[in-house]
Amino acid sequence: MSLHIHNEKCVGCSLCVKACPFGALVMNDKKAQVKVEMCTLCGACVEACKFQALTIKREKVAPADTSAKNVWVFCEQKRGTVQSVSYELLGKGRELADKLGCELCGLLLGHDIKDKAQDIITRGADTVYVVDHPHLKNFADDAYTSVLIRLIKKHKPEIILCGATSIGRSLISRVAVKIHTGLTADCTGLDIDPHKKILLQTRPAFGGNIMATIITPHHRPQMATVRHKVMKEASCDTLRSGRVVIEEFDEDVYASRTKILDIIEEVTSTVNIAEADVIVSGGRGMRGAENFKLLEDLAQVLNGAVGSSRAAVDSGWMPYSHQVGQTGKTVCPKIYIACGISGQIQHLVGMQSSDMIIAVNNDPSAPIFQVATVGIVGDVFEVVPMLTKMLKDKLNK
Amino acid sequence: METNTTHIIVCIKQVPDTADVKINPETNTLIREGVQSMINPFDMYAIEEALRLKEKLGGTTTAITMGPPQAESALREAVAMGIDEAVLVSDRAFAGSDTLATSYTLASAIKKLNPFTIILCGKQASDGDTAQVGPGISTHLDIPQVTYVRKIDSIQGPKAVVERMTEEGFDIVETPLPCLLTVVKEINEPRLPSLKGKMRAKSVKIRLLNAAGLDCEEERLGLKGSPTQVVKIFSPERRKGGEIFQGLTEDACGKIADIIQSYMP
Repeated sequence: MSLHIHNEKCVGCSLCVKACPFGALVMNDKKAQVKVEMCTLCGACVEACKFQALTIKREKVAPADTSAKNVWVFCEQKRGTVQSVSYELLGKGRELADKLGCELCGLLLGHDIKDKAQDIITRGADTVYVVDHPHLKNFADDAYTSVLIRLIKKHKPEIILCGATSIGRSLISRVAVKIHTGLTADCTGLDIDPHKKILLQTRPAFGGNIMATIITPHHRPQMATVRHKVMKEASCDTLRSGRVVIEEFDEDVYASRTKILDIIEEVTSTVNIAEADVIVSGGRGMRGAENFKLLEDLAQVLNGAVGSSRAAVDSGWMPYSHQVGQTGKTVCPKIYIACGISGQIQHLVGMQSSDMIIAVNNDPSAPIFQVATVGIVGDVFEVVPMLTKMLKDKLNK
Repeated sequence: METNTTHIIVCIKQVPDTADVKINPETNTLIREGVQSMINPFDMYAIEEALRLKEKLGGTTTAITMGPPQAESALREAVAMGIDEAVLVSDRAFAGSDTLATSYTLASAIKKLNPFTIILCGKQASDGDTAQVGPGISTHLDIPQVTYVRKIDSIQGPKAVVERMTEEGFDIVETPLPCLLTVVKEINEPRLPSLKGKMRAKSVKIRLLNAAGLDCEEERLGLKGSPTQVVKIFSPERRKGGEIFQGLTEDACGKIADIIQSYMP
């Protein structure tokens, strides 16, 4: 596979150089030249060239397995509760399955969870594959991987979606490698190409500075992890009916080399930031751990969680699990209230896809105001308590 | 090697400083001029943890990276921090690798090194943000993995006990060795390079592994070995700044409270 430049057709206009997202083309002696090590054969230059001077020669690859069918959603459960990200995936999965004219199937692994299969059907699944075993009660890399591989080999799905959670990303990465297929991480957009009927997977890269659409043309299943809180949850239709298939495997399939000794939940202010619809976040401008109480009060009124910038975590004011941003968590709440956060790019990449951003900062030139839906230039220690009081009055009515 | 055979391998990646990466809105392409390269920030914690394990257990540390020849500077930085050996996995045949081909190549390269006790990786790289290469390597090598590790509690005999970060808190996980761990920021505070380290970094011999030096199947490398293809790159929709109220007034606060109320889920 390679990119060919037909020198006789190249007029040296350098449209291709401008079009190349990867900087793989240069002009040399008024002719385009490709830096092979940087070229990803994305085809942007071929499209841009008005003189047909570039072609991509692709070696014949075995066509994708056409017997692969159906869209699968890995329904993550913790402590026997199906996680909300699964419902988001079922919503999107239903849409994709309808476009392909195939079934939507849920995968449910756990212990004593058979009764949860109906929830997954009410959220749009046609079939739910349930694997129930004591060793699957909590997530275990080995056992979950082995079970998924068995299921995939048996039923040959066309697409598998999984939440881009800590469990999802660990598990699905292993599964994709084992069955030797493509996997696209942390997608924020999914669609079906109307002509080729393949999955178009769109995701942010370079800290959200660019977006890329990725396909897996020749391998099945096409696999993607999907960012939490981006897709809409499937609505609940209690009248829906579907098929529940209980799958069982030999005992050795459930074996794990690692062992969970203990599970500790330590989220301080009730809601975890990945799940919260409202996040009240504080930065260096909060001046001390004790002042985060103001944010907790506001969060409580809004039924939200408290987040933090890196500066506040590094100062020891908040635990790391609350950190939003490049080295912390990426969040996507409906409302993000940034208090005393200047808005360094490393913070913005973790929260800029929030529906609404409200900024409170005493520095009018703080970059956070450039992304804020509304902002107030003022003292957080005055603004936040006033907001809390006003909202308390409003929402209690 | 002598009696102590503890060997910690750290996988690192050279990345562009993401804060610098922008798209030219006219041409819709990446602007590369003036973008600095650095070690992926998450890998700094992996390097530091390797150094701490060596201080506790003895043995040796190796940093390995796959990338173009200039990725060598990332390895020298790791040596400056105190890493013993450095391996550059580089070949034109690796160009265009996605996470499957990358993890296959790195796993093949690791098989060429001395037997290891633990492989450490950052939880993900700041340019691709996939978090897939670490688990990919452990799968190719068929060793256990624990991802998002925030603390190594103990390493005793053939076992390690570590804390894995979860959305709600953390799990305490026991894993046999050898294993692969991906680490998060909370695990440590990376040190600065020492003067001695910097001197050593200048002269250290970097071992080069190319495709011919690996026992691997050629069709599983680079673009050929990559099931995924990028078909389009574009700028995300830019957020526009909205209304900014100057100074605290009850009026301004009231308006914001109204907006929040109307937006409440």
